[in-house]
Amino acid sequence: MSEMEMAESGKTPKLKVATAALCGCFGCHMSLLDIDERILKLVELIEFDRTPLTDIKKVGKCDIGLIEGGVANAENVEVLREFRNNCDILVAVGACAVNGGVPAMRNQFDLKECLEEVYIHGIGVENPQIPNDIEIPLLLDKVHPIHEVVRVDYFLPGCPPSADTFWTFLTDLIAGEAISFPYSLIHYD
Amino acid sequence: MSTEKTFRLDGRDIPFIEGDTVMDAALRAGEYIPHLCHNPEFPPHGSCRVCVVDVNGRHQCSCTLPADENMDVDNSSEAITDVRRSLLQMLFVEGNHTCPGCEKSGACQLQAVAYNTRMLNPHFTHFFPKRSIDASHPEIVFYYNRCILCGLCERVSRDIDKKSVFAITGRGINSKLEFNSLSGKLGDTELSADDKAASVCPVGAILPKYKGFEVPIGERLYDTKPISVVGDVAANHSAEDSVLGNADEYSSDE
Repeated sequence: MSEMEMAESGKTPKLKVATAALCGCFGCHMSLLDIDERILKLVELIEFDRTPLTDIKKVGKCDIGLIEGGVANAENVEVLREFRNNCDILVAVGACAVNGGVPAMRNQFDLKECLEEVYIHGIGVENPQIPNDIEIPLLLDKVHPIHEVVRVDYFLPGCPPSADTFWTFLTDLIAGEAISFPYSLIHYD
Repeated sequence: MSTEKTFRLDGRDIPFIEGDTVMDAALRAGEYIPHLCHNPEFPPHGSCRVCVVDVNGRHQCSCTLPADENMDVDNSSEAITDVRRSLLQMLFVEGNHTCPGCEKSGACQLQAVAYNTRMLNPHFTHFFPKRSIDASHPEIVFYYNRCILCGLCERVSRDIDKKSVFAITGRGINSKLEFNSLSGKLGDTELSADDKAASVCPVGAILPKYKGFEVPIGERLYDTKPISVVGDVAANHSAEDSVLGNADEYSSDE
């Protein structure tokens, strides 16, 4: 019996996986898709819940939550806490989630300076004003790695983590084995 | 029968001569002990503590510890690796080490030693200090964000180049690298790109201008082989090479 048939017959229920992109560039999600045809094998083992790939808006009870990006605004905090509350295993994916990454370079400046540079003094800005609509999530004073906001179970470093890193991590985890990355898969850039 | 003196390191007999440190003898015997502030070309400094080993049940700094018989040195257990990883995590959160945006990435000793300890996260809360860049020198740029205060440039500029361009001032969290000029700017010091001090930085703090990202990803010093095989950044630097290193000539090592 193939794994797919086993999954369909309900003998091995598929693990539920949710993903979210906070303050990142979506590169980590693109890298996940770089597993290429292995994604067919992956969807035999897992089922996607909330993720930009399914466009489901609310995260349900999940086995694994993958978080790309750091925490830069109030909505990031809300989404991250929802994921922590609903996912048994929460994973920081990529440099921004692990240590703030490139977006955290704004921590060198006061938030007011950043906003004024972009919306007031920026080259080519017309009708300069700092956006202040109630629909826009408020920016945090600083960008934070996600482990500074919630408890995190695993970390996948890299900018982005390579497709092989995702594959090694997910297959080892689903198989219940200790996750072991070869040297070439541990990098911070 | 040999009268050679030895100590034990990870169960292996390591020969040493009088005056050797544990680090000296281990490196000569081909045993890698992770280190950042230490460069075997120069006297030890003992400040980064990354070369910590367990000697007969006590944590010791191997680059400053004189070798002695009856030493039983643990250099590779999970316990000692945990200690080193914590030290590295503290170094990472204390500065602003944005690896994806750093020209030294892939050929950085801080990164390579962290890979050696299999560090996957910073663990601690980031300090995010506000630090600047000094680009006043025509050939060299200095990034305060990346400086780990190992003191190598200070020692080498003073002892080898005889220029004393660099000095670490302040104490504790206020420690800072300063430049020896009236303006305090690097560009007004006697530093030259040919100085030894310009090429000993283990991280991306002192970098030559106009050479950023010269070596493509995949060919950088630590891209495919660990630092225990490739060796230090400074040891891989030669006059015709960029400070960023070139992995090609070392691929025959294994």
